Amino acid sequence: MEASEVAIHSASEPDYLPVGELRAVQLDRLRAVVTRAWQQVKLFRERMDERGLTPADVHSLEDIRRLPFTTKSDLRDTYPFGLVASPMEDVVRLHVSSGTTGKPIVVAYTKEDLEVWTSVAKRCLAGCGLHRGDIIQVAYGYGLFTGGLGAHYGAEALGATVVPASAGKADRQIMLMKDFGVTAMCCTPSYFLHLIECAESMGIDMKKLPIRAGIFGAEPWTEGMRRRIEQSSGIEAFDIYGLSEIIGPGVGCECRRHQGLHIFEDHFYPEIVDAETGEPLADGSEGELVLTTLNKQAMPMIRYRTRDITRILPGVCECGRTLRRIDRIGRRSDDMLIIRGVNIFPSQVETALLEVEGTLPHYQIVLTREHGLDKMEVQVEVTAQMFTDKIEAMQGLHDRLQGALDRVLGIRVRISLVEANTIERSEGKAKRVIDRRSL
Amino acid sequence: MKIHQISLFIENKPGHVAAPARVLAEAGVDIRALYLADTQQYGILRFIVSDWERAAKALEARGYVVKVTDVLAVLVTDRPGGLADVLGALDGTGINIEYMYAFSDVRGDEAILIFCFANTDAAITSLQAAGVKLMTSKELLKN
Repeated sequence: MEASEVAIHSASEPDYLPVGELRAVQLDRLRAVVTRAWQQVKLFRERMDERGLTPADVHSLEDIRRLPFTTKSDLRDTYPFGLVASPMEDVVRLHVSSGTTGKPIVVAYTKEDLEVWTSVAKRCLAGCGLHRGDIIQVAYGYGLFTGGLGAHYGAEALGATVVPASAGKADRQIMLMKDFGVTAMCCTPSYFLHLIECAESMGIDMKKLPIRAGIFGAEPWTEGMRRRIEQSSGIEAFDIYGLSEIIGPGVGCECRRHQGLHIFEDHFYPEIVDAETGEPLADGSEGELVLTTLNKQAMPMIRYRTRDITRILPGVCECGRTLRRIDRIGRRSDDMLIIRGVNIFPSQVETALLEVEGTLPHYQIVLTREHGLDKMEVQVEVTAQMFTDKIEAMQGLHDRLQGALDRVLGIRVRISLVEANTIERSEGKAKRVIDRRSL
Repeated sequence: MKIHQISLFIENKPGHVAAPARVLAEAGVDIRALYLADTQQYGILRFIVSDWERAAKALEARGYVVKVTDVLAVLVTDRPGGLADVLGALDGTGINIEYMYAFSDVRGDEAILIFCFANTDAAITSLQAAGVKLMTSKELLKN
């Protein structure tokens, strides 16, 4: 083996745990996390009580099916710290993700949680063939969003050189890639497509740069996009999966076989359930992914409903990892939109519009992709109540809407005031989202 | 003294001025004056028409949001200083002009100024006290 292969294998060691041992680790951790949540989290204890269950009822991994689900609205209803299972002084980091209405959801991490997060992010990158000596540029946003910091610490733990470029400023990203000899990029796939175009316009052929891998996530993409990226830049493109509620990026990732995403099962236990009934489905069937954090301290998530639709792939991956794989996430069971990696719900837009106007005007969300970047436009019909004869007052209305949407959504959107009764209604109900992005 | 002006919200796109004009034509309403205040994205189209009630009804029936605003019409001689004389009547009164527009009267050497004031009643008092002639809607709309 070459030195780099040894390094990769050592970083990935837990990926190859014999299945028997893996299941034993999972069961131990499941019992511990259920006990911990039951002792520390009122909502979970109440739900266990309703079912007449205690942690002692978890005898096998199959018993997980008897446990209550946790949903995004539970996170919202207990905002900010209602599901925290550790003393607040042990919480060393807070991240924020979108809720379904105006309030965001909060995720908390202890020091141990950050170590787990870093270790799984590192395993993702190692699985993509990266190691010490690689120069990894992170172009996910750094901040409340988990993308930037998650990838950052994983890459650092791997021993790679990290370029924390954060999101935006494409020409500077390309300059850094070129000048530093960046070998791998972590960002959204659409943003990478944008970078490819920008590089072209700057007269730079990405195929001639040292970059050889891209770890792309935080938004749905397709095999078609993968081909476009790989053909036009000469890199190998990997799909990474994660969500803040569980930990952030690093829940699962493709290996070099590119046959599904390995879930780091020693930390996150996957199930597939029927999105409507919640009934567990066998491996191989398509349904909603449900994840349980097996050893998260600050915010254990028991049977968290991700709303992501996928299936657990049957069989073993040729790479030799014992970790089960999920299919690429193609769609969701709710109306969540992912815009530049940020989760947006149409209900958040309604909350903001209601806040400004008191009543809900007809509106429509129009999504487009320009130069690889998602653009979100909210068209709002000007009602008699909103309309005044003064430009200044209309501009004021526009600014108030802009302010409320920016605050609630956390991303910049374009507001267009449109004439009344011009947004198309079908059977009296307006179509809320027009998605013109081609994936 | 007060003139009823109707205003429409329109998007700043081709054809968006023509469409309401056509509605008015079909309703048999004559447009006496028209003014478009616009931004990059949208505009406010203001009309003074022969029959504002009929116009508003016809436009609303076609889905437009219509606002009726009281404005004042002043007849000034079409000569240098005509506008300055009228505005001079407001000096020191603290009365704020929200917007104004002017059009020449085809009937002679006079211009008609349309004013929208923050406080229309106070403006009427001040202008009349200064001897400014305010037109009635009948005078404004006569053919």
